[in-house]
Amino acid sequence: MRFLTVSGPPSSGKTSVILRVIEALQARQKRIGVVKFDCLLTEDDQRYAKKGVLVKKGLSGALCPDHYFVSNIEACVTWGHENDCEYLISESAGLCNRCSPHIQEITAICVIDNLSGTNTPRKIGPMLKSADIVVITKGDIVSQAEREVFASRVKQVNPGAVIMHVNGITGQGAFELTSLFEKASDIETLKGRKLRFSMPAALCSYCLGETRIGEEYQTGNVRKMDME
Amino acid sequence: MNYDDLLQTSMRELLAQHPYIEDFLTSFGLQVTPVERTLQAYLDDLDPDTLEDLGVDAEQLRDGLREFIDGMLALADPMERVQSLTILGGRDKSGRGEDLELTLRPGEVTCIVGPTGSGKSRLLADIEWVAQGDTPTGRRILINDEVPDGKWRFSTEYKLVAQLSQNMNFVMDLSAEEFVTMHAESRLVDEPEQKVALILERANQLAGETFLPDTPVTSLSGGQSRALMIADMAILSKSPIVLIDEIENAGIDRKKALELLVREEKIVLMATHDPILALMGDRRLVVQNGGIAKVIVSSRAERKNLATLEALDNRLLALRNRIRLGETLEEV
Repeated sequence: MRFLTVSGPPSSGKTSVILRVIEALQARQKRIGVVKFDCLLTEDDQRYAKKGVLVKKGLSGALCPDHYFVSNIEACVTWGHENDCEYLISESAGLCNRCSPHIQEITAICVIDNLSGTNTPRKIGPMLKSADIVVITKGDIVSQAEREVFASRVKQVNPGAVIMHVNGITGQGAFELTSLFEKASDIETLKGRKLRFSMPAALCSYCLGETRIGEEYQTGNVRKMDME
Repeated sequence: MNYDDLLQTSMRELLAQHPYIEDFLTSFGLQVTPVERTLQAYLDDLDPDTLEDLGVDAEQLRDGLREFIDGMLALADPMERVQSLTILGGRDKSGRGEDLELTLRPGEVTCIVGPTGSGKSRLLADIEWVAQGDTPTGRRILINDEVPDGKWRFSTEYKLVAQLSQNMNFVMDLSAEEFVTMHAESRLVDEPEQKVALILERANQLAGETFLPDTPVTSLSGGQSRALMIADMAILSKSPIVLIDEIENAGIDRKKALELLVREEKIVLMATHDPILALMGDRRLVVQNGGIAKVIVSSRAERKNLATLEALDNRLLALRNRIRLGETLEEV
């Protein structure tokens, strides 16, 4: 089973891009599974189900979404394997810009859109900076010059990545992206694998449900701003 | 000059000569100062905890910097000249073969015609992807009569195709001059000020109504935006091929626009159903059922009719202007 992690900021077009790739893979008679991670609510699982792919939804609720991801992804891969998927795609949003679901030796894709502003690539951490493939979306609504400037900013923070322009609505570029999905590594389990980058830590009183504000309520891993 | 040489160079000299290195390091949230220490020493001294906070590790940073510098040095090199682009036929949606071997050269304008869904976009995508029999059409694309290097597919420095789409909005809040300058800087061109001035001058020659360097891009009219983008593409873009999705007949001199691209030695491909633009092209590819069904070379008789069509067009334009000036059209 080929397994890939797809991540990107909210509303960057991850689901649409994945759906266009799924169409191309289905044309090649492939059996596909998707795991959709989100925090509070998602209806994207229905969009996937409508395409006839096997879908699993994971909502992290009151937990840090990326910690939730890493605690569940191994079981998801086993689930995909047991259901005879030839491709398994995980989709998760990077919500704090410092987290990243990417795993060593597993093809990592980051989806980012042209409308998000030219400083955005700098602001996104390992999710973008350690991805193998960066998919840039919404190219049809900006000018060629803006597309070039945006791509050069992405290149600046991740010079080794393959940068592709894909239109999630028309599907332009999806065929080409699919050819890269076909090169993803074939795995049976994630046992023993490592994340590409550590996740941001917390472990303080607020992690345990504290809501009161004030020095005396803060325990554990707490860091202070420099107010000088 | 390569990465290893740069490692032994002082930060002071590096930042002065290769300012993009500062952009690279600061984009990871690192601080840089122009000191006598070498780049090597700078990288060795980075604190692992700081790096972890910034979401990057030392090895990844070094690898990235190496690739980035290689890319930037490649960008400064003149690009290998594309003297020809050859399309070798594949098959249409019913699997019928396209009997075709078509070579396009710089300075030529090729129009692509056919109804919606006939496969125009796929044809343009085959060219952009430099298809090698690995797309649904089975077409193959040669550059300079050879099977091209993989760099044309994946590298941003060697992007084969620049595309002017039909919808065009600017999302950046910049003046026309700042906007083009930003683009020029990202392409590391020589003498950016001169190039920017030239682009603004050419754009104003194409646009029906002139605009100033400090006009915000978001307040340009449709015609002015297209004029600016065509001038920018002609002068700034390194891509040897230009794809245009129709040039609407409003607020832009389409003939001059095409002439500008041709003069800058671009291979121009244009999806259009406008009779004047179609006749300005050297040939038309008729796309049907996913395949190129026919190649029409504009005949002398057609070219002769171009003058008649232009006269008609000018009459309509004159009427447009009268409407704009608040006149009535009781007599036309």
